[in-house]
Amino acid sequence: MATVTFDHVYKRYSADVVAVNDLNLEIADGEFLVLVGPSGCGKTTALRCVAGLETISDGKLYIGDRVVNDVAPKDRDIAMVFQSYALYPHMSVYDNLAFGLKLRKTPKADIERRVKEAAGILGLERFLDRKPKALSGGQRQRVALGRAIVREPSVFLMDEPLSNLDAKLRVQTRAEIARLHQRLGTTTVYVTHDQVEAMTMGDRIAVMKDGLLHQVGTPQELYDHPTNVFVAGFIGSPAMNFATVKATEGEDLMLGSAKLNLSGAAAKAAADRPKGADLLIGFRPEHLDIADGQADTVSIPARVDVVEYLGNEELIHAQAEGTEIVALIPSDRRVKPGDQVNLGVPLEKLHMFDPESEQSLVA
Amino acid sequence: MENRWLMAAIVLVGVPLVIVGYIVLTERVLRLLPPSRRDGIRPWLWLAPALAFVGIFLIYPTIRTVILSFMDARSESFIGLGNYAEFFGNDRNWTVLVNNLLWIVFFTLLTVVFGLLIAVLTDRVRYESVAKAIIFLPMAISFVAAGIIWRFMYDFSPETGTLNAAVGVLGIEPQTWLFDWPRNNFMIIIAAAWIWTGFCMVILSAGLKGISTELLEAGRMDGANEFQIFFRIIMPLMAPTIAVVTTTMIIFALKVFDLVYVMTGGRFDTDVLANRMYSEAFIGRDFGMSAAVAVILLTLIVPIMAFNIRRFRQQEAIR
Repeated sequence: MATVTFDHVYKRYSADVVAVNDLNLEIADGEFLVLVGPSGCGKTTALRCVAGLETISDGKLYIGDRVVNDVAPKDRDIAMVFQSYALYPHMSVYDNLAFGLKLRKTPKADIERRVKEAAGILGLERFLDRKPKALSGGQRQRVALGRAIVREPSVFLMDEPLSNLDAKLRVQTRAEIARLHQRLGTTTVYVTHDQVEAMTMGDRIAVMKDGLLHQVGTPQELYDHPTNVFVAGFIGSPAMNFATVKATEGEDLMLGSAKLNLSGAAAKAAADRPKGADLLIGFRPEHLDIADGQADTVSIPARVDVVEYLGNEELIHAQAEGTEIVALIPSDRRVKPGDQVNLGVPLEKLHMFDPESEQSLVA
Repeated sequence: MENRWLMAAIVLVGVPLVIVGYIVLTERVLRLLPPSRRDGIRPWLWLAPALAFVGIFLIYPTIRTVILSFMDARSESFIGLGNYAEFFGNDRNWTVLVNNLLWIVFFTLLTVVFGLLIAVLTDRVRYESVAKAIIFLPMAISFVAAGIIWRFMYDFSPETGTLNAAVGVLGIEPQTWLFDWPRNNFMIIIAAAWIWTGFCMVILSAGLKGISTELLEAGRMDGANEFQIFFRIIMPLMAPTIAVVTTTMIIFALKVFDLVYVMTGGRFDTDVLANRMYSEAFIGRDFGMSAAVAVILLTLIVPIMAFNIRRFRQQEAIR
């Protein structure tokens, strides 16, 4: 077991190409940390730095108390699960699992015990004699996990391990990995571009973009209190709605010609703005409902364009003063395309951002 | 000049016309048959021209050569296994066989080992394409020209002979590189390897590129050092490619002719089967013996080809 610490870590490929930019991150012992972000955000590079497959340009990387900047991958006591699984095609499942142990000159009886054990955990006993070619995608994925488990490393690194599986298998394997982590309690760094995976699996989530770490926190912190526009838009599905509004003299905001009445923290943030200044407000589709004048609710007048029926809920696409708004509301509201509605969002669910810095004004 | 353009035009228009004409004709003929029989006969009619070509230019000459090998020098009377008895009864021909064996072993070893080494090494450097282009360059030279170049390289006079000039620097007397058996064989083999290593490298390099980097990284994470990665991951995965390259080189070694013809003409005990075949036919005018040598060569190549084809089929089955 070990912690992993990024201390001002940089990875530059050239003067202009900075894949990881001043990354500071402490991953606790036994924690399941998810690195998430759009493709090209530097999350995989950061993971490969921990693996030792990329050298660090600047800063220090610790595994436990040891600086591992110059330690070879094999001496870092880590195991990695690759996106393509990277199983050795010429070896049987047994040999795939045993390869790392054999190289470390583990006694034969030990190897056999540990391989059998890992195969047992992952339900691979029947396939030990097969070559990877003769396995399904899900089974290959489990062999890749098994190869990491048998080594009993202090840190697991996983690089988008579910991206090659179909949707159903992905959900299954997601739970399987979570169970595995609960059982083994090994520190895990997990890279994905899928925010649903991040939200469901991570103890904490680190959101990256353009090589920069934007926010680290528990899934709930990220959902409730995103610190900037990017995190707010990235976390949550369907994505958060944004609208540009203008500050007035008082505590109210203008969305086009519609007036939004505020109170509480949001009102205070609005009042701090000079009259006529732009502000970016954000609100999640699932927090919207048809307003009927409840207190502490901002009401936004909108015209319904499209209604997507999902069963117990409906996804409404609406226009509010030229801004497209998506709302997830209970089906029994009986909204039809063309309806003029007031969409209400509870004040405590309203996010406000500085349009220039894109930083949150209420988080 | 006029005539040539006319010929080109006839070929350009005529050949496709004949092909299309043939297809149209076969379909016409097929229409005369009952529909149930058509599908069974159509592939054979379509294949017929190709089969005819193979028959006329490959199978017939092979059979003819085998028959000729049982005839006398002027192909007039049947002498049974006489040519073969004479071939194997002559000590000089045993040297020829030994030489071909030397070629098979050392030429193949040199080209495959160096090809693999260069493929693996260049894979890790930034100037890979330049390095590979340079190694591949000799392949573009005609073998006759290469033979002449290397004959100069091995020349006795240090003024001309690069090799003798080089060993002269080390204080070694000039050598007659192409005179003494078996050294002269190795000298020609080196020249051939110079040409063919690039070819092996290109094929092996392509095989190497087919191995995903994630696989090698997985090996590194599993604790393998670079040697273990090479011998336990890269080599097993490249085995099919290596087998193809090796058999190709063995076949070349068996068929080698031009370099030997240019560099020594088969003298000084450097003769090989293909050159023997040529000299028997066109210098000795003994077509029976020449055909016998050809048949011996064919017999040696067939099992290697069979291995290659079987291997290829297995590969296809895996895909």
